[in-house]
Amino acid sequence: MTAPHRWSEETLARARDLIARYPERRSALMPLLYLAMAEEGHLTEAGMETVAELLGITPAQVLSVASFYTMYKREPVGRYLISCCTSISCHLLGSDELLAAIEDEAGVPAGETDPDRLITVESVECIGACGGAPAVQVNYETVEGVDPEAGRELVRWLRKARPEVIVADELQTLFGGRTGFDWAIPDDEGAVGPYPAFGPLGTAGRES
Amino acid sequence: MNETRLVTRRMADHPADSHTIERYEATGGYSQARRSLQMGRERLVELVKESGLLGRGGAAFPAGMKWSFLAPARPAYLVVNADESEPGTYKDRQLLERDPHQLVEGIIIAAVANEVHHAFVYVRGEYARPARRLQRAVEEAYGRGYLGKDIFGSDYDLEVVVHLGAGAYICGEETALLNSLEGHRGEPRLKPPYFPAATGLYGKPTIVNNVETISNLPHILELGADGFRKLGHPEDTGTFLFSVSGHVRKPGNYELPHGITWRELIFEVAGGLREGRTLKCWIPGGASAPWFVPADHLDLEITKDATGRAGSMLGSGAVVVMDDTTCVVRAAQRIVRFFAHESCGQCTPCREGTSWLEMILGRIEEGAGREVDVDVLLDVADNISVGLAWPPRMTTICPLGPSAVSPVSSITRYFKDEIMAHIHQAGCPLR
Repeated sequence: MTAPHRWSEETLARARDLIARYPERRSALMPLLYLAMAEEGHLTEAGMETVAELLGITPAQVLSVASFYTMYKREPVGRYLISCCTSISCHLLGSDELLAAIEDEAGVPAGETDPDRLITVESVECIGACGGAPAVQVNYETVEGVDPEAGRELVRWLRKARPEVIVADELQTLFGGRTGFDWAIPDDEGAVGPYPAFGPLGTAGRES
Repeated sequence: MNETRLVTRRMADHPADSHTIERYEATGGYSQARRSLQMGRERLVELVKESGLLGRGGAAFPAGMKWSFLAPARPAYLVVNADESEPGTYKDRQLLERDPHQLVEGIIIAAVANEVHHAFVYVRGEYARPARRLQRAVEEAYGRGYLGKDIFGSDYDLEVVVHLGAGAYICGEETALLNSLEGHRGEPRLKPPYFPAATGLYGKPTIVNNVETISNLPHILELGADGFRKLGHPEDTGTFLFSVSGHVRKPGNYELPHGITWRELIFEVAGGLREGRTLKCWIPGGASAPWFVPADHLDLEITKDATGRAGSMLGSGAVVVMDDTTCVVRAAQRIVRFFAHESCGQCTPCREGTSWLEMILGRIEEGAGREVDVDVLLDVADNISVGLAWPPRMTTICPLGPSAVSPVSSITRYFKDEIMAHIHQAGCPLR
């Protein structure tokens, strides 16, 4: 057995803060699983053991929950996770062709990661962007109205620019088309890894 | 046809900053939350009952009645369902991103009405940006003393926690959501005994309301029950957010009163179909709903009851429009695949049945279908949802299984010739 990865003091403090928000400790399990992913890039056994220890439950209980939800990645994924929606509304407007273009440009089929560990492509169910179909997410930041050629450009851009932070508005400007509603308000926060960027988890980017 | 804007008013009038607390307060925001503290539980429950507000998450249950069922034991909890995942639905995302303080004010009102001091908003994991916007609004509200200890200088405490899901459609089902929030697998609970109003979060009385439902509350306080009722249809009060998608010229979220027709919604509001295309069918209320066809349903009034009598539901308000280029077998298979993927696996008819439906539709679409396959499909479907009845006669813990039957019952009913053509031509006749 390898030595377990030690969480940074900052992350441990965040974990304690999250636990304190809930009337019962175990409710912090989902946010803590995201913290574990942010620490190591994906959910490792050591990460799940740490979560179990912090919550006073067993690693098996943690695994039982982690394995239920698709966003907890228990295998390594690329720095950029491209999630292509192929549910009904996106399907009607060409998501299969878009997925094929992205797979082809990335050089990997859905569900796999390129050899550089830079890009993972996946086919996902509805991401709530149906009015701007077909839509994709990069590290859970949404781009709407993406045609196959724009999908290819997105992959090429990720490879070339290697952005530190994935910002939805930037992606939308560069690669998007029609949106389901007027986004109106630009956002400069974004994702720094293949997990959702959300303040209390400490992952929102471009913070000064 | 113009929209009747209530919950989307501020974002339309002030697109650049409708999400900020400054704009929210400058346009009258948080005055109804203050008022709610003077009103107390009884008057608030009565007001919401009189307003006729129906839940906007899909089940259309009367919101005031739900509140009145809350068991007397305390603590009680409020959980806002922002796990918007019904394929075709993206209205709550817009409310979260564009007017998060409206939701926070609604939460305060709902909390006071139900004597709740700890509320949770369960946002689907894929909604990172909407969750950030809401979190910022919550922090701003804490900063001004509208959340936390002694809100608005009263002696009322209210904590609000924004909780991120992790990619499981089933967590939109309220008891699955509660399990998930407790740190368990998102598996629905058996009702009875687990009606949330009696035995909810941590076994305590709990109100679970959808984002749009809660966002309506400040307006109901402002307009009064009569003013709110007047905006809508007599049976279906207030406004309703329709998420229109698919083969229309102008997909979008449209806030409208009930009582217009499908023809008006699809051809006027959403701009009709693209050049040279004709309407083949549409899903009136999210992927779970049985489909409608132009010959039978175009001039129906859009209300909960009229849609129910015609054998479907308004559900989450997601209208998915398909034109004549659509292969209905492929479309149905895509929807069934969704439910097969999202089945939690507790109930055998759903766990096994949804996968079989997906496989059989898949082989028909690929040209490997057999003459008996329509009967096999209907037999499997009947094992999930007895008699293919709508509303379903529940033989599973939750409605996910019967939802997967909707596209199958729809295409076998309206498009049997197209299914048989796939089988006889050993492939899709539309390609």
